[in-house]
Formats: sequence, C-alpha cells, structure tokens
Amino acid sequence: MTKLTLGPVAYHWSAEMRRDFYARIADEAPVDEVYLGEVICSKRAPFHEPDLPATIERLQRAGKLVILSTLAEVMLKRERKATEDLAAMEVPEIEINNAAGLFARGKRPHRIGPFMNAYNEATIAWMARQGATHICLPSEMPAPAIAAAAQAARHLGLGVEVQAFGRASLAVSARCYHARAHGRTKDNCQFVCEEDADGMPLRTRDDQPILRVNGIQTQSESYIDLLPETTRLVSEGVTHLRLMPQAVDMVAVAQLFRDVLDGKMPMAEADSQLAELSGDTGLSNGFYHGAAGYRRIAMAAPV
Amino acid sequence: MSLAELICPAGTPAALRTAVDAGADAVYCGFQDATNARNFPGLNFTPDELAASVSYAHAKRTKVLLALNTYPPAGKVDLWRQAADTGARLGVDAFIVADMGVADYIARTHPQVRLHLSVQAAASSPEAIRYYCESFGVKRVVLPRILTIPEIRQIRGEIPCEIETFIFGNHGLMVEGRCSLTNYLTGQSTNMDGVCSPASDVEYARHADGSMASQLAGFTIDQFGPDEKAGYPTICKGRYTAPNRPQGYYAFEEPVSLNLSRLLPELIEAGVHAFKIEGRQRSKSYVRGVVRAFRAAVDDIKAGREANIADLVALTEGQKQTQGAFETKKWR
Repeated sequence: MTKLTLGPVAYHWSAEMRRDFYARIADEAPVDEVYLGEVICSKRAPFHEPDLPATIERLQRAGKLVILSTLAEVMLKRERKATEDLAAMEVPEIEINNAAGLFARGKRPHRIGPFMNAYNEATIAWMARQGATHICLPSEMPAPAIAAAAQAARHLGLGVEVQAFGRASLAVSARCYHARAHGRTKDNCQFVCEEDADGMPLRTRDDQPILRVNGIQTQSESYIDLLPETTRLVSEGVTHLRLMPQAVDMVAVAQLFRDVLDGKMPMAEADSQLAELSGDTGLSNGFYHGAAGYRRIAMAAPV
Repeated sequence: MSLAELICPAGTPAALRTAVDAGADAVYCGFQDATNARNFPGLNFTPDELAASVSYAHAKRTKVLLALNTYPPAGKVDLWRQAADTGARLGVDAFIVADMGVADYIARTHPQVRLHLSVQAAASSPEAIRYYCESFGVKRVVLPRILTIPEIRQIRGEIPCEIETFIFGNHGLMVEGRCSLTNYLTGQSTNMDGVCSPASDVEYARHADGSMASQLAGFTIDQFGPDEKAGYPTICKGRYTAPNRPQGYYAFEEPVSLNLSRLLPELIEAGVHAFKIEGRQRSKSYVRGVVRAFRAAVDDIKAGREANIADLVALTEGQKQTQGAFETKKWR
C-alpha cells in the first residue's frame, strides 16, 4: 500500500507552533511516516531540539514511523558536528541530505533525501550498495525519469518517494536571503525568518508572485500538487508520497491524499478541495510533466 | 607552495587555442549536449573537434579537462557514459564530474583518467570531499564559491586531494548542483540539461515610458529606467519586491562578477592547487586578455616577485565586482 509521509518542516516555526502541529499530526493525520529535524538552517536547531524526544515519542505512540533528517548544507563546524552526531545514531531511519552525512554514516542503513540528487539508476545503484534503503527523488524530475528511477530502485528493494504536495525547494545558498531582505547578515539575522510561516513572498516588479524565501533556501511560489498524478505514480513504482508541511490545514491535506489513494473520493472533488485548502497559493505540476515547474498541466483522463 | 595551475575556459575550439596560447596550464570544455553545465547554443565541441583540440593542447603541454558535470536523468545515463568513453579514447587528462553514478562508471571503466569533482557536486566540507575521494578516487575538488580563505586553509589540511577554486568570472550565488530556478520558470533544467536562464527564453520589453523589462519565459526578472543599461535576466540576479522591500531590491545578489586577483597570493599560500577562470560562454578576446593577465600574475608570485594586481583588477573595470565569500563571512 502506498504510504503517505510528512516531510520535515522547512520553516522556522516557533517551538509552540511545532508542538501544536505535531500533536495534531499524531492524533489526526493519516500519514504513515514523519520526517523530523532541521534541514535548512543550523542556527534554528536549538529552538526545537529540546522538544524532539517528546515529539518522537508522541508520533511513535500514534503509530507513525519517525525518520530524522540531516542538514542540506554542511559547511560550518556546528553543521559538521550535527551531521556527524545524527549519522552516529544507532537507529535505522536517518534521512541524509548531504554527502558529509553519507561519509559519517558509512554502510549503515539510511535513506537518501531530496537534496542528494539521486537522479538516475546508476546513482541509485551506487547508493544502494552503500547502504541506502530508500530514495526521495529530486522534485524537478519529469515522469519518464521518475518511472525509470523507481523501477531501478524497486528492483534493488528500495523504497521510492516523490514530493506530492507543498512548495518545491528550488535552491539553497550559503547566504541567508531572509536576513538580506532585512538588511542583516546570516550571523546577526535575529531569526527574522520566524515571521514567515510559509516563506517570504517575492514578487516581480510588475507584481507577479514568483518565489518564496526561507532563510538560505529559495522555494517555489506554487505548491506542488501531484494529487491527479497519484495513480500513475503508484503504477510506476513510487511507494511513498511526501507532503511538505505548509501553513495550511495539513491534516485535511493528508486526508485528501489518503482518500484518493484508497479510492474513497473522486479525484476531481479531492483536487478542488485541495485548491480551496491552499487559499491564494497556486498549485503546480509542471516539473512532473516536463514543463516549467510553476505550470499547472491538466492530467489526461485515466485510460 | 602549491602548483598554482591556471584552469581556463574553452567554449569553442578557437577559444581553446587562444587559452592555450595565452598560457593556460589546463583548459576545460564540454560536448555539445546535456552532459555539461554550459549546454548553450553555439558552444562546445564535437568529438572530432575535441580530438584536434587535445592534440593542439598536448603539443603545447596544456592539459584538457572534460566537463561531464550534469546529472543524467534516469533512462538517459548512456549519453554520459558514451561521453566518458569518447573522452577517454581521445586522451583527455581528467573528467570533471558531479553525479555519483557517472563518477562510479568512470572510476570502474576508465581508472587511468583523473577524476575532478565539479563544483556542481557542492562538496563544501572535508567530510563530503572525503566521501568522493574514498568512493571514486577523486584527485581534485573544485570548491564552491562560498568559503573564506581561513576555511579553505582548514579544509586543505583535512582532505587527501587537490583544491581548485574559482578566481574570476561569473559569481554564482546558489549552491551549484542544487538549483532548479531555471526549470521552475522555463522547463529546462540546470542539473539535467545544463541550462541556466537560457537565451531562447529571454525577451526585453520596452514600455511606453521608456523603461525596459528584462524577462525570462514571460517573468519580469528586472526593470530598468530609460537611462539604465538593461541587464541579462539571470533569475538569481534579478530585482524583486518583498513585503518590507516594496521598491524592489536584489533579493539574492547584485549582478557582479567575481574577481579574486587581490587575494591570489593568499590563496596560493593557503594551498590552493589550481585557479579556475569561469567563462566558457565568453569571447576569444576576453579569454586572451584574462588568461594573459593571470598567467603573468601567477608567474610573478611563484617567482617571488610582486604581481601587477592592478592589471587584473582593471579587467572588470566599469563592472561591479566582488570578492564574494572569500574575504569575509559577512557576505553570507
């Protein structure tokens, strides 16, 4: 059965907001697996790490599998240390997002995160030989490549995950663009990114929404929505669909995906509800269809 | 002291000969397809052109490095393997790679050819670099343009391979190999297709008031007043508005170029083995001027003479330039 996963929170949500969020996820969201941990900015980690053990326990008691994700960018001493510490944990479920994590993890089992650039069967085969058990594909991959990668990964016994909801990560940098927007630098940012629970909107100078800034990360303005493509993803060998936490009702989002996967709700109805839940934010599936990522391509009627 | 090799761009066979004649220690180039990160129209080499170019360069004791530094999407890996096979047959001196599958293939199939780790692999810590060294026998890493000199010196002491850094040219802001901004707006991928803000999607729209919008795939990346010179719409160098920046600002970076001439002696002292000049898309005369100037400066420094840094600084005169992350971490 296709599993639903909740990706790591990309934003600097306050400790309180996170506690409330994960309590609701534990109690109500039909997701099977939850990724925790700070992936974007090592400066944020101290704010929510103290709650981590309790959050893990709460989610596990609710029957969720918990996976800890490592940082996407590893450069500074504290980032190297954080990555090394996580990789050293004697648990099977670690998601690695930087080659420094692969180095530290060695051949012990691990998952490959979306920042690891597992674009093809040769890379996936290499990673599997080094102990990878599960691959999250980059969100810009088009359908034919997803199908070929999923087939190769399944053949090797790996789980295959694709982001099906939420803003796409489009870039990361050593520079903090949130701090920059406020005339600060990364070292004196004063955690201004906390103001934007769903990313800071950038608009073109002729006032079109275009991108979102989240600290060192640049995200898509639109939410990826592969709800209409779920049947095809599953038939192509994708085993896990990832929902990225956005500042919307994520329990309701997860329920829609679960209902569509279980054939309990007509796709058209589910997709219109998803659009409603997403408010003013556009939905897109261009990457999947080999088009510009922001585009919304109508799915051909199922055969 | 390090070797301080000069690694120079060769977008075309003519530019390659120019760089070789101007004193490059090595040139880097790619094939006319998605296997390299400068897959631009009118650039790059056919296998026959590469064969002739390798002969030309080797006759003048210049090395040829072949960039295979994009990420093959599943189902298309053969194109990258064939490119590696062709490069090995033609006698290139090293492959510059980013994808683990491509690196693994070359390490197993062409172990006699050196592997250099492309900046597109984004290896920015000693651990990440050692992963590639131990896994694929990588001999040199091209460092991301995000490290300060003390950080480079620190890394140098912790890795078993040579270091190459960018010293001049385009100043990339995003972590290379992790950027899909272009794909988001145009449908062409930097990682999979080797395309970045492609010219085919560029339009300049003149407004009634004389202002100009530079657009990529219909998105206004920047706007310029009647008296301003309109810049190329590279997504990460555009001006946008944010809630507290209603007037528009360079959200990521200003359109500046990287010029580390002043830091050259320090970088050599820090143990950088090779200096990369960016610009495979640049003209022959640009390549000639830049390579000559850096050749003279490196030779002066190696001989213990004072280098004429002013000549190098003048190369970007009239353009905004930056020392980027190399000088201070305040850049971040």
